[in-house]
Amino acid sequence: MGHKGWGPQWRNPEPKPHYDIIIIGGGGHGLATAYYLAKEFGQKNIAVLEKGWIGGGNVGRNTTIIRSNYLLDGNEPFYEFSLKLWEGLEQDFNYNAMVSQRGIMNLIHSDGQRDAFIRRGNAMILNGADAEYLSAEQVRAEVPFLNFDDARFPIKGALAQRRGGTVRHDAVAWGYARGADQRGVDIIQNCEVTGLRIENGVCKGVETSRGFIGANKVGSCVAGSSSRIMAHANIRLPIESHVLQAFVSEGLKPVIPGVITFGAGHFYVSQSDKGGLVFGGDIDGYNTYAQRGNLPTVEDVCESGMAIMPMIGRARLLRMWGGVMDMSMDGSPIIDKTHIDGLYFNGGWCYGGFKATPASGWCYAHLLAKDEPHEVATAYRLDRFRRGYMIDEKGVGAQPNLH
Amino acid sequence: MIINHPILGPRDASEFTYLGDASLLNRPDWQAADAAEKFYEYQYLRDNTAGEHRELWYHEQGDRSWLVVTRNTLTHAISKVEIASDVARAGGNGR
Repeated sequence: MGHKGWGPQWRNPEPKPHYDIIIIGGGGHGLATAYYLAKEFGQKNIAVLEKGWIGGGNVGRNTTIIRSNYLLDGNEPFYEFSLKLWEGLEQDFNYNAMVSQRGIMNLIHSDGQRDAFIRRGNAMILNGADAEYLSAEQVRAEVPFLNFDDARFPIKGALAQRRGGTVRHDAVAWGYARGADQRGVDIIQNCEVTGLRIENGVCKGVETSRGFIGANKVGSCVAGSSSRIMAHANIRLPIESHVLQAFVSEGLKPVIPGVITFGAGHFYVSQSDKGGLVFGGDIDGYNTYAQRGNLPTVEDVCESGMAIMPMIGRARLLRMWGGVMDMSMDGSPIIDKTHIDGLYFNGGWCYGGFKATPASGWCYAHLLAKDEPHEVATAYRLDRFRRGYMIDEKGVGAQPNLH
Repeated sequence: MIINHPILGPRDASEFTYLGDASLLNRPDWQAADAAEKFYEYQYLRDNTAGEHRELWYHEQGDRSWLVVTRNTLTHAISKVEIASDVARAGGNGR
């Protein structure tokens, strides 16, 4: 039979004049929001507006890692909720997203780092997640190819989360899009929001490249471009846009069993099911909306890779790309109402948005449907910077390019 | 990216570290009645412009001067580079 008879996975509808809820942004988070609004919160008459095409934004530009290894109370319950949703996602939306719990290992290189990671592991366990401390010998038994005895960055152990892993990122967008579409959500592609219609402090709808579309509630969900959308409502955000580069090597036979992160520099690597080594490091570190970075960061990422895994130097780089991130002032996201009635905001995901996709969608849907935050997202307030309730995992302060 | 340093000439961006929006030069008056609100805005809120962006770069691997670079955040094209202290003085903020 071969692969014949495949139809489109979702409709391509014309926008209606009015919706109950409009989600701006057809990325993973926006589609998940629409899906859960329809499936879990009984909402009808929903549209998702996407300026490009489904799967063309950050949901197709990440390094596909899922995990819930956070320290702080404002974050860890949320990310553990997300990991639990990942575990049931394929059954829930009946789509093969290749969720693979191959485990994640954060390497430890100093005694101080060991203390910090053990503390983090305990925080994870207290919040119902799994965490495991591995000695250097245990790490060596599992991933013998690492550079254990490097004079500068010796590997002294690892914090492992066995339930972490990777997911086929495109399939996440496709699965949520199909599931939302099947429940009546209009997914409108090539429809760029060019303005927000606000009258007497109430958001009445959106101006788009395809005309005005009215709505009772409008939810921005465009991390990377949040400041550009919210500027239409004269809202300045605690966010800078930065580019994060990612890299894939040529296809290799299976060599890396899970996700490995370098604790002394910033480097993370896994191997895709096609065989490519998927890796990345720091953001470039300057404001940008260009989906491409510069060579000093490429050099830095490759140096980090060589420091922990010298064999990576024998692999050839196949391709590299950049995605634009909302870097927030404390490194944590925002899911909240704004001071304008009917206008809601979801953004500030820094470079950790992919793993958050299911919980971000669920919690945003909860907020949009009930006008109150989900219990695991109560800390993600837009006004937390004014009130002094930052959620700063790294403790580096209001310097977005250091988070 | 190449930053054309006003004193040293063209230098690779990797010699510099990046701080952020050049509005950070305009520190609010701590004695003003609305100082708390102004400092909140100064510290945490950004225009995050798509297009021409004035920003602070520090020549850490060079002469340790602070520069105000005008750069397009959509193209990375740099159109102007100034010494930050000159900009601050022109704005009435310098010593």
